[in-house]
Amino acid sequence: MIKKNIATNELGFVFNPATGDSYSTNPVAASILKLMREGRSPGEIKKTLADTYDADADTIEKDLQDFISTLKEYQLLES
Amino acid sequence: MNQPKPFVIAVTGLNAIDSPGPGVAVIRAVREGIPQPVRIIGLAYENLEPGIYMEGICDKIYQVSYPAAGANALLSVLTQIHTKEGIDVIIPNFDAELPNFIAIEEQLKNMGIRCFLPSREMFEARDKQKLAAFGKEHGLMVPKDKTVHLYSDLAIAGDELGYPLVVKGKFYEAVIAQTPEQAQKAYAKISAKWGLPVIVQEYIAGTELNIAALGDGEGNAISIIPMRKLYITDKGKAWAGITLEDESLLDLARKFIAVTKWKGGFEMEIMRNAKNEPYIMEINPRFPAWIYLSAGAGQNQPAALVKMAMGEKIEPYTTYDAGKLFIRYSWDMIVDVARFQQFTAFGQLVN
Repeated sequence: MIKKNIATNELGFVFNPATGDSYSTNPVAASILKLMREGRSPGEIKKTLADTYDADADTIEKDLQDFISTLKEYQLLES
Repeated sequence: MNQPKPFVIAVTGLNAIDSPGPGVAVIRAVREGIPQPVRIIGLAYENLEPGIYMEGICDKIYQVSYPAAGANALLSVLTQIHTKEGIDVIIPNFDAELPNFIAIEEQLKNMGIRCFLPSREMFEARDKQKLAAFGKEHGLMVPKDKTVHLYSDLAIAGDELGYPLVVKGKFYEAVIAQTPEQAQKAYAKISAKWGLPVIVQEYIAGTELNIAALGDGEGNAISIIPMRKLYITDKGKAWAGITLEDESLLDLARKFIAVTKWKGGFEMEIMRNAKNEPYIMEINPRFPAWIYLSAGAGQNQPAALVKMAMGEKIEPYTTYDAGKLFIRYSWDMIVDVARFQQFTAFGQLVN
């Protein structure tokens, strides 16, 4: 779950008000953030990505896990 | 119908240069945050301080004597200015001039001029030479340091603290020295400029954060705005910054205000290390040059200080906008030589 105070927008801009750090994400990451904000489960997010993008399940799984790891590394997820 | 007499506020620190004084930012915030008409009297030390000539900043500027001239010289010049201008409030903005203002605060009050300043004890508690002891006493994290009076003691301090270390002037300036040779060079430069002693401080690597705050003198924090430096000049000054939402920084400033009963504005310079521990690097006993960001984020600290100086009870602010940026810029003014000559020759200028 993404931290409540993290600001995101539909263009993929992410701002952490606790550290002052800001990030730009690509459109796929922006859509994942939007789904996370809506409270979707990992399974729902994977299904939405599979319905939207032309990629196999393994690739989607790997890319989603990579992105979540990055969010954790940047301390953007609730611990 | 006669216009009401404007609020007359005198402000120092008009040197809006690459290592800026806070005066211009303070004036800008006061003009925006005080509802009644204000007349700003600028007090300048040098004739090229940009705030003297900037449009919409000062109504009249007077040249004043350097702090080294002492409290009596300051009182004398302020008495003369007060006779003409009827000053209501003075906001001094330099560390070096504060001891003089604190010394004459009572006489100024008797003349009808109000200040909102820390006491001498508060001022000295956060002095660079005593900060480490102050931190130890109150459980605040402060880097280890050594006060060096003799060149020959510099090497001993270096051996104890290790390299890199920070060589600091007693009022201003800090240089990071990676080697004993760099420390010697920094010591020579800083002691020539600011006198002795020189403070040698343990180097803490991390993220540079600043806090601008205002205490009411009774232990209450009226306003606290934390900011992260986003762009730092080669003089270590923030050229851009962003307000942060961080309760631990607010707690730190609240604790400082509670233990000192700080009266007036101040700035905490913080280094947050990799373990997220906030080290207090320095506490400046006046508003920082980026203080206009406090107004931009919803807590106009200079205006609140003026109101408190005039006896108004101000409730502590409870919210501000995180994610507000300030981005400083340079701008070339064109000034007619007649204005420069007027100020240089007569020590006064009407804008």
